[in-house]
Amino acid sequence: MISLDPRPAVIGTRLSKIKRIIAVTGWKGGIGKSVTASTLALLLAKRGLKTGLLDLDLAGASDHIVLGTNGLFPKEMMGLEPPMVYGVKFMSVAFFSSNKAVPLRGANVSDAIIEMLAITQWGELDFLVIDMPPGINDAALDVIRLIPQTEVLAVTTSSVLAHSVLERSLDLYNDLKVPVLGVIENMSGREGGRPKNCAGRLRYDAGLEAALGDPDKILMTKFAQDLRKIAVAILKMR
Amino acid sequence: MHEWALAESVIRKAAEYAAREKLSSVSEVGVSLGELQAIDRKIFSFALQELVKSSFKGLSCCKFRILKDPAAFKCKACSKEFTLKVLKRTDEEAENIHFIPEMAHAFLKCPKCKSPDFEIMAGRGVSIKHIRGGR
Repeated sequence: MISLDPRPAVIGTRLSKIKRIIAVTGWKGGIGKSVTASTLALLLAKRGLKTGLLDLDLAGASDHIVLGTNGLFPKEMMGLEPPMVYGVKFMSVAFFSSNKAVPLRGANVSDAIIEMLAITQWGELDFLVIDMPPGINDAALDVIRLIPQTEVLAVTTSSVLAHSVLERSLDLYNDLKVPVLGVIENMSGREGGRPKNCAGRLRYDAGLEAALGDPDKILMTKFAQDLRKIAVAILKMR
Repeated sequence: MHEWALAESVIRKAAEYAAREKLSSVSEVGVSLGELQAIDRKIFSFALQELVKSSFKGLSCCKFRILKDPAAFKCKACSKEFTLKVLKRTDEEAENIHFIPEMAHAFLKCPKCKSPDFEIMAGRGVSIKHIRGGR
């Protein structure tokens, strides 16, 4: 008797109408990966682009808090259709966890991610932004394997520790032949050297915390203004 | 209704398998449905029958045999082995597990030591158990 997992066979179909897939990665905690991914999705949607946001940071899912998605749930059709939040189609494990911790081992994280990729009906999108599992592990490697068209946008801070880890991650993406759009330095103090492959710096914005949960306010922050300039440059938008 | 999405994955996987094994036709596909995910067997079977009509022609006469796969768990903390029947869950929790079976770790606990750190030994979700056909 064989035992075949059928789900990966349909993932390519689910993503086939998406023009570009941007995986926002970060290898240190607290560097702003989730708020960067969520704000990037909001900025793209604001420009009239069909945009999706997929939170695959299962242990630390927080994009739903950034966007303020209280009371929303995917619609069950021929799969799950993500709810629309401020023009962004949004999918997260947070919809299914009832705000409880989800203690998953590596293989379980991969299984949950494969399930989400197999059953989510994105339809046509210009961009899908993925808030990646932190660092590199089974789950992150699975995403890269299952979504070969992924382009990485790495987030770091100005800390020498974050820069060191970042450089190792860039070497690995190179080995895995994953294109890297660039590196964003968040909460930038500008006191140190620029990170390798730097696409731009986001100023520390004391007003960002108070804007979380309200996309209108987020888009008015200095953080979003800086990110808009970087996104326009690296995604070659007018 | 997300059974349709999983049924589509079974059809695609069977077609992939047939191509790889150089099968010109597939006569039967055995699919097990894990007790934990609680897939609606009727909807799933109907979806398979409908979706196969527009699939790889070698699958057009394929029968689908649906098999039950009882859930079994083993606690990582105390090694207790247990089944789904001894675990309590609300309707909302069961629905969340239906969509993402790994949510079991958020809602279910070992009946002996109450740890959420358990292994799903069997009966998680949808799996293909056999594909029979001819060259």
